[in-house]
Amino acid sequence: MNRRAVLAIVRKDLRAVGRSKGVMLPLVLVPLVILGVMPAVVSWVPSLIPPEAMMGVEGFLARMPEGLRAELSGLEGAQRLLVLVLVYFFAPMYLIVPLMVASVIAADSFAGEVERRTAEALLYTPTTDGELFLGKVLAAWLPALGVGLGGFLLYGLVADLCTYRVVGRLLFPNPMWLVLLVWVAPAVAGLGLGTMVLVSSRVRTFQEAYQLGGAVVLPVLLLVVGQITGVLYFSLPVVALLGLLLWAVDAGLLWYGARTFRREALITRL
Amino acid sequence: MTDGKAVIVVEGLSRRFGDVTAVNGLSLKIQEGEVFGLLGHNGAGKTTTIRLLTGVLSPHGGEARVLGLDPTRDGPALRGRTGVLTETPALDERLTARENLSYYADLYGVPRHEVPARVEGLLEEFELADRADEPVGRYSKGMRQRLALARALLPGPELLFLDEPTTGLDPVAAREVRELIVRLSGEEGRTVVLCTHNLVEAQRLCHRVGVLEHGRLVALGTPAELVRGLDRGLRVEVELSPGDEGAVGALRGLPGVLEVVEERPGLLGVKVASPRVVPEIAAAVVGAGGRLYRLQPQEPTLEDFYLALHGGKGGR
Ligand SMILES: Nc1ncnc2c1ncn2[C@@H]1O[C@H](COP(=O)(O)OP(=O)(O)O)[C@@H](O)[C@H]1O
Ligand SMILES: [Mg+2]
Repeated sequence: MNRRAVLAIVRKDLRAVGRSKGVMLPLVLVPLVILGVMPAVVSWVPSLIPPEAMMGVEGFLARMPEGLRAELSGLEGAQRLLVLVLVYFFAPMYLIVPLMVASVIAADSFAGEVERRTAEALLYTPTTDGELFLGKVLAAWLPALGVGLGGFLLYGLVADLCTYRVVGRLLFPNPMWLVLLVWVAPAVAGLGLGTMVLVSSRVRTFQEAYQLGGAVVLPVLLLVVGQITGVLYFSLPVVALLGLLLWAVDAGLLWYGARTFRREALITRL
Repeated sequence: MTDGKAVIVVEGLSRRFGDVTAVNGLSLKIQEGEVFGLLGHNGAGKTTTIRLLTGVLSPHGGEARVLGLDPTRDGPALRGRTGVLTETPALDERLTARENLSYYADLYGVPRHEVPARVEGLLEEFELADRADEPVGRYSKGMRQRLALARALLPGPELLFLDEPTTGLDPVAAREVRELIVRLSGEEGRTVVLCTHNLVEAQRLCHRVGVLEHGRLVALGTPAELVRGLDRGLRVEVELSPGDEGAVGALRGLPGVLEVVEERPGLLGVKVASPRVVPEIAAAVVGAGGRLYRLQPQEPTLEDFYLALHGGKGGR
């Protein structure tokens, strides 16, 4: 394995992505909105709800699963609402960030390289197919981890700052979210990346790849909906299991991706 | 050239894409230091040949040895010693020229401590140094082509494949690229495989050429050999006063004249059986009272050969 070539591919892809507005815009904006602006706004809401309307909130909470209600017992109205939303509802939302970062970069790196026809010169270099694949996988995966960590810190900070007065204790860091960060977020990044590798081998442009591959966000949105409607709730075991499931899917996707990522196949698509 | 060692030896090489046979039973030897022209229309199989010879595509039949290596098995090692100028420059437009070159230096495994000097040297040599830190997206076509050539030379390759290096360039840029090719092979002794459909260029640059048609090699030799084999008589351009029917008639009746074509008023293309007829043309025009402005025997060119080969108007 030629480490220098692999790292050169990672560095070059990141540098190129960093200079393309169409790619950078979602990479900066989406995490900022989901993990910075939204928690700040949400923290505001309970103080706006008149006490008599809190009854409705209680009714809503009553529909939540047993386990979740147990977690929330001992908290009163506004505190409960904040913990419910910021700790639980946001957990699947957080996963959108590494997913999106990995997908966008992978679309640019895999499909974009074919679309811009820069792949051709790359294929004439002495790198092996495996090195090219690894370089491109890391180029999407590493920044997803980085933005995932940055977003995690930002989110924890904003949420704690905005809720400490009401809740009286720090909501973050908490064990479930740490598992999300180190176990689930990397796996969900792998999911976005693996899907994009698959899609990119069948389309010719970044846009097509992005649109088709963007469908991978649907299962994550389902998690969000599942959480809000009380069909499922994120707890430590659930999150750990979710991570395991995702890693298994990743392994399959990347195994298949590595097998199909062949010079011969790539050059034929140029 | 014949005493050198063979850098490329190809025997019966074939490659299909579905129903299309892109390269069909190609057999060929190319010697060290040779500039070999691979000629052919669009779709003749030139690019596919390059891909087969660099191990980027695998053949469906036949064998190749390039720099003593088997492209299919030793692709990475072979590509490390080979430079390829792709048909489109394939440069990342978001990176600067310097970044593009440094990136490829890493991919080609140029020794780390040599990278800055080598990149700088190539930027100088290809007259890109003063704009080396601008994104390639702002470069003109000619600059991109020069940068792509610089990239092909980055590993210090023994063997260079140039895929239509002057196509789409303006005449000045095209001439610069041709001069570079001459220097690369002449002064530096590299083996160059030049794919082109520009026959003037091939005649000027190549020691030998091979003509591909639908993936088959239909002619092989030095440009001079190929042209010599062209048994089409000698063509003479004759310019006289427009509308001088008498002189044209006299030429048509002249023994040894095979054909007279009026290419435009006052300009005749006259095909004759031998050079000895040339003075007779002058005598006939003058004898018929015509006014002769120019009489010019035309050396047959590679282009004539190529057109004849493709059943066009051979020898014009
Ligand atoms: N990847 C491919 N898929 C299908 N057909 C191809 C592919 N590459 C080349 N061909 C076909 O093979 C033939 C030779 O192509 P090519 O080698 O590119 O010719 P040239 O470089 O001489 O223009 C053409 O008919 C072309 O359409
Ligand atoms: Mg071609």
